[in-house]
Amino acid sequence: MDAEITLRVDGEEHRLTVDTRTTILDALRERIGNTSPKKGCDHGQCGACTVLLDGRRVNSCLTFAVAHDGAEVTTSEGLAENGELHPMHRSFIEHDGYQCGYCTPGQIVSAVGMLEEVGNGWPSHATENVSAEGNAGLSDDEIRERMSGNLCRCAAYANIVPAIQYAAEHGEGVERGGNA
Amino acid sequence: MKPYRYERSEDVSGTISTIAEEPEGAFLAGGTNIVDLMKLGVMSPDMLVDVRRLTPDDVEETEDGGVRIGAAVTNSDLAAERTIRSRYPAISEALLSGASAQLRNMATTGGNLLQRTRCVYFQDTTTPCNKREPGSGCSAIEGHNKNHAILGASEHCVATHPSDMAVAMTALDAFVVTHGPDGERRIPIEELHRLPGSEPERDTILEHGELITAVELPPTAFFSNSKYRKVRERASYAFALVSVAAAMDVEDGVIRDVRIALGGVAHKPWRATKAEEALRGEPVSEANFRAAAEIELEDAEPLSGNAYKIPLARNVIVRTLSDLSEEGR
Amino acid sequence: MTATQAPGKAVGAPISRVEGGLKVRGAATYAYEHRLHEPVYLYPLQSTIANGRVTKIDASRAEAEPGVVVVLTHENAPKLASTDDKELAILQSGDIGFRGQFIGAVIADTFETARYAASLVEIEYDENEPDADFRADRDDLYTPEQLNAGFETDTSVGDADGAFDSAAHKLAATYTTPREHNNPMEPHATIAVWDEDELTLYESTQGVFWTQKTLAPLFGLDAGKVHVISPHVGGGFGSKGLPHANVVLAAMGAMLVPERPVKFALTRHMMFTVAGYRTPTIQRVRLAADENGKLSAVSNDVVEQTSKIKEFAEQTATSARMMYDSPNIKTTHRLAALDVSVPSWLRAPGEAPGIFALECAMDELAIECGLDPVEFRIMNEPENDPESGLPFSSRGLVECLREGAERFGWNGRHPTPRSERDGRWLVGSGVASSVYPVYSMGGNAATVRANSDGKYEVEIGAADIGTGTWTVLGQIAADELGVPFEDVEMKIGDTTLPNASGAGGSSGITSWGSTVVEAVRSLREKIEADHGGNIPEEGVEATAKMPKNPHSGDFAMYAFGAHFVEARVDEDTGEVRVPRMTSVFAAGNIMNAKTARSQFMGGMVMGLSAALHEESVLDTRFGHVVNHDLAEYHIPTNADVGEMDVSWIEEDDPYVNPMGSKGIGEIGIVGSAAAVANAVYHATGVRVRELPITPDKLIS
Repeated sequence: MDAEITLRVDGEEHRLTVDTRTTILDALRERIGNTSPKKGCDHGQCGACTVLLDGRRVNSCLTFAVAHDGAEVTTSEGLAENGELHPMHRSFIEHDGYQCGYCTPGQIVSAVGMLEEVGNGWPSHATENVSAEGNAGLSDDEIRERMSGNLCRCAAYANIVPAIQYAAEHGEGVERGGNA
Repeated sequence: MKPYRYERSEDVSGTISTIAEEPEGAFLAGGTNIVDLMKLGVMSPDMLVDVRRLTPDDVEETEDGGVRIGAAVTNSDLAAERTIRSRYPAISEALLSGASAQLRNMATTGGNLLQRTRCVYFQDTTTPCNKREPGSGCSAIEGHNKNHAILGASEHCVATHPSDMAVAMTALDAFVVTHGPDGERRIPIEELHRLPGSEPERDTILEHGELITAVELPPTAFFSNSKYRKVRERASYAFALVSVAAAMDVEDGVIRDVRIALGGVAHKPWRATKAEEALRGEPVSEANFRAAAEIELEDAEPLSGNAYKIPLARNVIVRTLSDLSEEGR
Repeated sequence: MTATQAPGKAVGAPISRVEGGLKVRGAATYAYEHRLHEPVYLYPLQSTIANGRVTKIDASRAEAEPGVVVVLTHENAPKLASTDDKELAILQSGDIGFRGQFIGAVIADTFETARYAASLVEIEYDENEPDADFRADRDDLYTPEQLNAGFETDTSVGDADGAFDSAAHKLAATYTTPREHNNPMEPHATIAVWDEDELTLYESTQGVFWTQKTLAPLFGLDAGKVHVISPHVGGGFGSKGLPHANVVLAAMGAMLVPERPVKFALTRHMMFTVAGYRTPTIQRVRLAADENGKLSAVSNDVVEQTSKIKEFAEQTATSARMMYDSPNIKTTHRLAALDVSVPSWLRAPGEAPGIFALECAMDELAIECGLDPVEFRIMNEPENDPESGLPFSSRGLVECLREGAERFGWNGRHPTPRSERDGRWLVGSGVASSVYPVYSMGGNAATVRANSDGKYEVEIGAADIGTGTWTVLGQIAADELGVPFEDVEMKIGDTTLPNASGAGGSSGITSWGSTVVEAVRSLREKIEADHGGNIPEEGVEATAKMPKNPHSGDFAMYAFGAHFVEARVDEDTGEVRVPRMTSVFAAGNIMNAKTARSQFMGGMVMGLSAALHEESVLDTRFGHVVNHDLAEYHIPTNADVGEMDVSWIEEDDPYVNPMGSKGIGEIGIVGSAAAVANAVYHATGVRVRELPITPDKLIS
C-alpha cells in the first residue's frame, strides 16, 4: 500500500510515494539516492543507519517513512555545509576514527546528536548520580557509553572517543555539552 | 513483511474503534520493537494505527502528589526528566541501561511496556514457539535457554520479559492507565504482564484495542532512595541477564519498607514480595539481604543453561540492597 | 598531518586516509550503492532443513504478487558450467546440505515486494535427521589431506609424548573456541548485471580478481568477461575473501533479467548462514618443561569442524610448531564433517584460536614452574625456527615482551591470583605473545604512469577493506618515485586494472607494494632509457609484475607481538571489564603510523571480543545458529573498550620485501584473547578454558 509523503532531507524537500513498509532508511537509500546512512543490520542493533530525525538521533531502519510525513532528516552528508566538512567530520579524519568507513556516517551523526543531548543535561548510564543537579559533563566514559549504540567492527572506538572530544573542544558550531 | 494499512486518528476513542474493527490491527508508537518483528515475520498486522501523537508526551504531577507519565513520552525524555531522576531514580537508571541512545529517542513509555520477548526461537519463524504459534511447541526448553526464565515459567514457555523500565516501575508500585473498548481502567503494573501458563501467546492482560495512555507513580517518599542494577554480557547495548530494581526506607539501621523487582528471570517483571516481606522491620545487614534473596529464589527452577541466574540474582539483590542501605542512611 | 609531505618521506608518516572526506560524509560508494538504471531487488529463499532435499516449490502466490519479476528455483535456474565447488554450485538440484542454503530467490521491483513475496513461496522437503553435533569424541573424525593455505595436517619433531611423560613440570589441558562469525558492518552485497555474454559485478569483496576467477568458470566465461568493481568495502575480516554463494545467486538472478541490475545484500541474519565463519575448535594442549622451566615438549591435538559439502581445514596448530624452542613438538588436526554451512577465513585463521590455546597453556605452565610468565616466554625463545630450522629474517618477540612489560607496568606484579581488588572489582593482569607469518601472494602486476604535469597515476586491482590501501600504496609509490605524496593518484578495486591478489593473510602490502615498487623502477628505467630522463608531453607508463623475493626459502619470516591486559571482574556478577590493553608489535617497517595503529588496535579489540563476547550458538536439532543477529551475537560496543596503548619497535628487516614491511592486519587479534583470559585468571583464580568468558562461567 502506498502513501504520499514529504521528507526534508539535508535541507532539501522531497515529495515521494512510498510503500507503507518502506523505512526512512530505505526511502533515503533506494528512493532519494542518499546513501550516507548505511544498512548494517536493519533491526536497530548496530547504529549504522543513524540520522537526526527532527533533530534527534534515531535508527532510521526502524522508522516507517509513512509515519514521518513532513519530517526533517539530517544525514552525515547534510552536516557538511557548502561543501565544507563539519568539524566532527574533520576530527574523525584526523583521529582516524574509522577504517572501513561503513559505520562512520552513523557514528558522526550520532556524535553530533549526542553532544546536543549532553548539552541539554541528559544523564547517561555512565553518569555517577542521575539525581544530581547539573550536567554530566563529557568524560571519556560518558562518550563511550553514549556512543555505544554505534557498533564498529573495525573497532575504531579508541580513536572515536578522542575525535569527539576534540570536535567538542575545538569545533566551531559544535555543541559543547557539560561543564567538564 | 506483509503489506499493511497505515492509519492515524485524531482522538483516543476514534483510534480504539478503528482498531476494534480490525482483528489483525496493531498500535504503532516508537516502532522500535514492532517494526523489528514485522521484518522478521513474527508479527504481521494488516493495519497499524499510529498513536504517537495521540497520548500525552509529558510528565505531570497528580492530585495525590505522584506523577503521571504520558504513554508517548520517549524513553530518553523520561530518563532525563528532573522529577523522575530525583524522586524515582531507579526508573531513570533502568531506562538509561536499556537499548541505545538512538532507540531511547524513539521508544515510548507505552511501547516499552509491551516489548515482546527476545527469546531467539520466538524471533525465528522457522522454529517452533508456543508464544508465536500456539501449540507448535517450545524450542527453548531443550535448546538455547541461557537467557531464559528461572521463575514462573511453564511447560509451554520459558521466555523472559525484556524491558528494564518495567522492572523499575514494578518495584515502584506503578499503575498503568488504559483506554479500551470497555472504557478506561487503572491496572497495577504487577498485574499487567502475565505468567505464560498455557497461553504464552498473551504477554499481558490487555484486550485487543486497549491502549496504554499513561503510567502513574505514587508519591511514596522513599522511592527517592531507589536504584536499578543490570547485569549484561557487554558494558552497554545488551539485554539483561538479570536485573534488580529496589527501593528502601531505612531508619536507625532498620528496614521500614522495601521494594524489590527482578528482571531477566521471568515472563514478567518479577516483584520479589517474599523477599520484601522477609525484610520489613529487620535490621540492615548483608546476612538479612542474603536470606531474603534466598527465600525469593527458593522456587527458582533452572533450565539446562541458566542455573547461573540463581546465584547471580541473589548476589545482585544483596549488592543493590547493600548500596541502598548505605545511601539511604 | 594532511599537510604536504616532503618527497621521499611519505612512508611511515601518519597520513590521514585519502578517501576520508568521502567516508565521513557517507559519499564513498559501497557495492549496493552504485546508482544504476532501473534496478530490481533479489531476496533469497533459504532452506529451513539442514539435510535432505526440496520436493516441491509452489511459487504461484509469490508470482501473483504485483511487482514480482521472476521467481528463481532449482527448476528454472541456469545450469552452471562447473559444479565442483558444492558451496557455490547452488540451485543445480533440490539437494540440501545445510540449513540456510540458498534454494531460490524472488526478484521484484522493490525490496519490500521481494522480501514479502519470498515469504509466500511454499516449499516442501524430504527431510533427513541432521548431524550437526560437534564433539571431540565422535568416532567419525577424519584426517584432512592438508590444511588451509597448504599446511601439513600433522607434524612431529622428536618424541613429544615421551618427553611429556618424563618431564618435571607439565600441563595438559583442553581449550575450546566457539564458532565465530566475521560480521563486517557492511553485509555482503552485490549488484549483478548481464549484458550479452558479459557479467558485471559491483561487489563487496576483498579481491576483485579472486571474485572474477571464481565466478567466470561457474558460468563458463573467460575471466575477462567478468568485470568486478569494488572501490570501497565495509570490512571483511576474511568473509569477503573467498566468494560465497550470494554472489552466484545474484549473478544467476541477473541472468534471468538481462541488462537489468539485480541488487542483493545479505541481511544480518543471512550473514550467519552463508558468509563463512570460524570453525569451532577443541584443542588438547600438552606442554612440558624441565626443573628450570625450559620447554621439553609442545603438542596440540586439534579437533575442528567442517561441512559435508565442502572441506575447510583451519590450520589451528601451526603456530605451535614454531613459537617456542622445544626439542619435541607434535601437532595434529582432525575434522568432524557435519550438516552445517562451510567454515572459512576469519581474521588470522589458525593463529587466532591456536595461539589462544598455546598462550593460555604457557601461562598455566609458567605458574606451575613458579616463573614469571614474561620471563618464562623469554627463556624459551628459539635461536632458529623450530619448524624449518631456518634463521628468522627478524624476530622481535623478546623486545616486544620487554617493551610491553615496561609500558604496562608489569614489573612488580604480584604473581598470586586474586591478590588485588578495587572495591567489588577483582583486578588482574595477563600477558600473551603474538605471531603472524609474512605471506605474499602471486599474480600481481601494476602500472605507473607519469604525466608531464608532474603527477603520477598508479593502477593495481588491489582492495581496501578499511586497511588503508588507498593511502599506503600511494605512500610507497611516492617515496619510490621521490615525489610528494599528493602527486600520486591511486586506482584500485576494479578488474580493468592490472591483476592483483586479494586482501588476505595480511599479504596485501607485501604483494601489492612490492609490485608497485617494481613498476616504479621500470618506469624510471624507461624514462631514463627512452626519454633521456624527462617525462614526455604525452606522458609515459610502465607495467611490471611482482618480483620474486630472492630471500624466500632462506629465512623464516614472521611478525611478532606481545599483549598486556588489565582485567577487572565484578566479584558478585562475573562481569569482566578490560580498562586497558598494551600491545607492542615487531612488524618490520610501518608504512603509515596512523592507519597501522588503527589496524593493530582493531585486531586487539577483536581478540578482546573473542575473549569475552563472541559465540555463535548452533542448535543441533535444527542445525543453525540461533543467536543470528547483533543483539544476541555480541561484539564490543564503545563502552567495552578502554585505553588502548599500541606501539611497535623499530625493526629493520631487509629480507621480507623492498619496503621492509610485514603484514599487520591480523597479528593484533592473535594472542589478545589469551592475554585477557590470563588476566581474568590472575584477577579471580578461575581458569576459563572455554571461550567466551561470560559472567555465567565466573559466577558462584
